[in-house]
Amino acid sequence: MNQLQNFTKGFIRENPVFALFLGLCPVLGVTTTAINGMGMGLATTFVLLMSNIVISLVKGFIPANVRIPSFIVIIASFVTIVQLTMQAYLPSLFEALGLFIPLIVVNCIVLGRAEAFASKNNLISSIIDGLGMGLGFTFALTLLGAVREILGSGSFFGMKFIQGDGILIFILSPGAFIALGYLIMLARKVNK
Amino acid sequence: MAKRESTIGNMILALTVITFVAASALGAVYTITSEPIQQAMLAKKNNAIKEVIPEFNNLPSEESYKIAVDGDTLYFYPGKMDGELVGTAVETFTKSGFSGEIRIMVGLLPDGTINDVTVLKHEETPGLGDKMEKKKSDWSNQFRGKNPAEHNIAVTKDGGEIDAITASTISSRAFCEAVSRAYLNYMNEKENN
Amino acid sequence: MEYLLIIISAVFVNNIVLSKFLGICPFIGVSGKVETSIGMAGAVTFVMTIATLVTYLIRTYILIPFGIEYMQTITFILVIASLVQLVEIILKKASPALYQALGIFLPLITTNCAVLGVAILAGQNDYNLIKSIVFAIANSIGFSIALIIFAGLREQFELADIPQAMKGVPIAFIVAGLLAMAFMGFAGIA
Repeated sequence: MNQLQNFTKGFIRENPVFALFLGLCPVLGVTTTAINGMGMGLATTFVLLMSNIVISLVKGFIPANVRIPSFIVIIASFVTIVQLTMQAYLPSLFEALGLFIPLIVVNCIVLGRAEAFASKNNLISSIIDGLGMGLGFTFALTLLGAVREILGSGSFFGMKFIQGDGILIFILSPGAFIALGYLIMLARKVNK
Repeated sequence: MAKRESTIGNMILALTVITFVAASALGAVYTITSEPIQQAMLAKKNNAIKEVIPEFNNLPSEESYKIAVDGDTLYFYPGKMDGELVGTAVETFTKSGFSGEIRIMVGLLPDGTINDVTVLKHEETPGLGDKMEKKKSDWSNQFRGKNPAEHNIAVTKDGGEIDAITASTISSRAFCEAVSRAYLNYMNEKENN
Repeated sequence: MEYLLIIISAVFVNNIVLSKFLGICPFIGVSGKVETSIGMAGAVTFVMTIATLVTYLIRTYILIPFGIEYMQTITFILVIASLVQLVEIILKKASPALYQALGIFLPLITTNCAVLGVAILAGQNDYNLIKSIVFAIANSIGFSIALIIFAGLREQFELADIPQAMKGVPIAFIVAGLLAMAFMGFAGIA
């Protein structure tokens, strides 16, 4: 697969959320607004990219039997870096994303790409794979966030366009499940 | 690159090196970010204080005091203009919210009259209890200018003067509880000092 | 009693899957059959409880006294990964049939947001040792209930007439949403 395909597969064909069903917990948990979804997606992309880079560089030095714990330490370190940096410089986003920031470490996408791709491919491919998957993830999060925000609060990226409240169920738990269900169905139709 | 053999020695070496590098990197990042983190938390507090008490030119967080009450802590931030007390911001709480704890900053004038209130943290239901937030509705404005000594700070259902948020009596009741808690303890502290 | 409150809150009101959105991956992946779900629920209960206990000890006696709370994410996830390895080894010997049935989902408990999430939440809520354990057990019960009910529902609607595009995951999510709505009715008990 050439590098362009490598990059774009993360957006539709192998979109982590809509096609592979990975990394779903934050997808439901933080997408009450488009900006939260986007923030979460970018934070995850950063961790994904950095750990893909490091793992691709040091894969020759890690014995096979300890590769999972090693990957975990590397990924967890970048997650902690994101945590501390956000707390210092983006405190309101940090509060909005809350518990889901440390949970990036168990995001199946990150560990999955490390195991399936970065540990077997060269640096450039790993970077592009990380970027593609990460941005595809961000796209999914932002889309779901936007849908829920438009329907649930009547606003888009914080700008309200109706008076009062929207269809509140969409910013609550059930709405997340239902909106995601419909989006996955749409993605299927697009993929055909 | 060929992978290294999984001998015990190699495995321990790899894990140790990785953990050591990780711990050092994190230690460094932590040191760099701990100042900004403190600043960010302080800024948030100061913004809430500014919102609820009249203009001041001291540093309320530096003159703050706290008391342990009802299983948690109340924080008092006195605001002074040229040395004279213009108001005290009280960080108060209630555990009786519909979805758990609600934390509020209540601004009290020196005689105990409520100057303003703002919500710091809550998990109340969107569209219902969350109307206690200033940006969601004007509901909390009705507290302004009321002195609890003369006005019963409770929802009308409980015989008080506060109009509850529609369909959110529990949230409103909890909110009043937090405000009363702030007022009562503030007056207590005033007397004891 | 405070413990009763913690239990009711974790199982019904703030159900870890339907309300806090943790543990979704196995929720969608394993809940195809009731039997597998029960096995998964058991494994998760075991890992979640012991993990919360061990992470509590680490947090209280190492992280806080040495002022290195920022190492929490790394230490917690390593504890969980080790515990899952342990469960795998035990299960292989004790019940090879269950081991086969759970397949890939067993090592995936490591990446189960619910396990790490509960460990972090117990710390955030500042629970002492007993409360942390009660919290962990209650949350695993909540997880198990949600998982098993959902598996039951899914087994039923496999037989129903569903539009092609909806089959499988999309309809699963919509049903999950309805289940979540049902659980919302519990709000206010606490």
